Amino acid sequence: MQNNSFSLKTITKTKGFSSFTAALLAIALGLIFGFLVMIFALPANSLSGFGRVLFGGFSRLGDVFYFATPILMTGLSVGFAFKMGLFNIGSSGQYTMGMFFALFVGFMWPMPASIHWIVCILAGMIGGMIWGFIPGILKALCNVNEVITSIMFNYIGMYIVDMLVQGNATMYISTKTRTAYLPVTAQIPSLGVKNSNVSVAILIAIAIAVLLHIILNKTTFGYELKATGFNKFASKYAGMNDKRNTIQTMVIAGALSGLGGAFAILAPSTIAGSSMTYEPISVIASAGFNGIAVALLGFSNPIGIIFSSIFISHIGRGGTLASLLGYKPEIIDVVIAVIIYFSSFALIMNATFAKFIKKRREKKPVEAKPVDKKMKDKEA
Amino acid sequence: MDTVYYLVQNMLPVAIPLLLVALGGMFSERSGVVNIALEGIMLFGAFFGCLTVFFVQKSGMNPQVILLIGMLVAAVAGVIYSMLLAFAAINMRADQTISGTALNMLIPAVILLFAKMKFNSDGITTDINFYMREVPGLSKIPVLGELFFKNTYITIYIGFLLLLISVIIFYVTKFGLRLRACGEHPHAADSVGINVHHMRYFGVGLSGIFGGIGGFFYSVGVMDGNVNGHTGVAGFGFLALAVMIFGQWKPWKILFAALFFAFLRTLAYSVALIPFLQKLELNQAYYKMLPYVATMVVLVFTSRKSRAPKAEGIPYDKSTR
Repeated sequence: MQNNSFSLKTITKTKGFSSFTAALLAIALGLIFGFLVMIFALPANSLSGFGRVLFGGFSRLGDVFYFATPILMTGLSVGFAFKMGLFNIGSSGQYTMGMFFALFVGFMWPMPASIHWIVCILAGMIGGMIWGFIPGILKALCNVNEVITSIMFNYIGMYIVDMLVQGNATMYISTKTRTAYLPVTAQIPSLGVKNSNVSVAILIAIAIAVLLHIILNKTTFGYELKATGFNKFASKYAGMNDKRNTIQTMVIAGALSGLGGAFAILAPSTIAGSSMTYEPISVIASAGFNGIAVALLGFSNPIGIIFSSIFISHIGRGGTLASLLGYKPEIIDVVIAVIIYFSSFALIMNATFAKFIKKRREKKPVEAKPVDKKMKDKEA
Repeated sequence: MDTVYYLVQNMLPVAIPLLLVALGGMFSERSGVVNIALEGIMLFGAFFGCLTVFFVQKSGMNPQVILLIGMLVAAVAGVIYSMLLAFAAINMRADQTISGTALNMLIPAVILLFAKMKFNSDGITTDINFYMREVPGLSKIPVLGELFFKNTYITIYIGFLLLLISVIIFYVTKFGLRLRACGEHPHAADSVGINVHHMRYFGVGLSGIFGGIGGFFYSVGVMDGNVNGHTGVAGFGFLALAVMIFGQWKPWKILFAALFFAFLRTLAYSVALIPFLQKLELNQAYYKMLPYVATMVVLVFTSRKSRAPKAEGIPYDKSTR
């Protein structure tokens, strides 16, 4: 028994485990808040509605994976930048740019079916890269706060894309105020799930997440990146080129968001002869902000982000199903925002919680060391 | 000359929200808390201000009185919302940028949810006219009367009054000095018996008052007394942060920065009235981008020698030195 409890203790003391429980705590608080809102809005259906939010996604697994794809990419983008201590709130702008570049290649450059969609995806990646590069270089060379820059670039990108889409007669159908249907060659091959738009993009996205995990943990670049994130001055003192790393990180983050935009717009449609369309209505894409939630819940770990994106997509689908019972799908946006709020201090909350439980359970001298250590890790 | 009058008359209702919100940001950041939630605080203030207006508009009160009531409600709402940030940033030592972002994301969703349930629309629409054709008496003053007392809102006078008040709080009172000390060197402040946590709560609370009022004034002066969950306050909270940085965290400089941005925005929306700009035949979108691009350019030139408060964004921990 002694042995057994010892091994369990070591697991529960690892950083990964406390991140995981902290994420669960934030999710639980967010969901409880959502439930309270539902009770307040429509008390009669609240239990069944909440049940749909929690479990509804399981009946639409294809859709869950389909909607997880773009936010997995934006989540990776935000999380990757987080590792270096940069806050890429401009993921939305990069996403929109990627979407536009993919659309443009899809409409304007006819190509054989086998390579067209691949070129479109790459174009989307380049679009995002450009939109990540500018805040990166401004941060590196002029010390401009990347948060403000990338917010400004969200607006600038949104206006530019809307203008360019509306000005292009091939892409834009003004009577529908939407883009035309993309050629079939530009659409990503479907995975063939019935009544779902899920495509091979989700597999590519997961592969990219794994690749990022390897880059972060097994390469010099990844090491430098994390070192800069922990202590900018120490890593500079150790001879790391923080300016170059800042630019590279923002370019990669931009590329990831751009891919997200491309994956979203190039997804195959379940109705033959149609496709996804883009409507220029001067609204900033929400995928980028959901990416922040995904990255935080996944504690910026690429593998964790895979699961958190699927989770966010899952409750999103649940919210859509709950709307059949008279709830507005915005409830899910509220839940996500509450989850982010709590996850910004979930680790500390978790540590306090753990301390509390420990104090009640043990009357031996309290060894508070591990708890304090966790708190310091979070701060760093 | 008419064009100048027109531009000034239209610029001021835009400049005042920027000014107030940037002043709010200044109070918060000089006390040491990065307040990226200003956008959300603005929208929260605007939402409750407009909701109040919606419920009292039928009572037959003078529109300007209703505006003042809405303003007070917005200020209270702003304080309440900002306390969420203060709690996360000060007590829970959270990442201030992230908790601020969460608060920004929360409120548009709440407005959409509420408005769709209660009004079946995307926001709150009021039908009351806060607009003043002219201020009796004062509008007769040559030039000045035309510039400041015609086709305007009462918000601009309140805005300048609040600017004066905040200058006094900031530079004349003991409180202002202590607040600034907490943003610059909290340990030094603590060592002479100032409670850093309390001062930061006050700083964030003041930013809540100014942010809430600024948000309500935005919906009065720019949105015609309405509030919408989709467009929100169109990034004015973030622009205000840029105004604050451009104004080097100082009240008078912030005034000029706010006027500058408001001028650009007014220019962008009145292209049709200025013959010179209309001749260029540029796409409207370029003008709409202008304030954001200008923000970027300004930040590039001002960020390198930034006068940011030294301790901003760092949670205060007594045990670290």
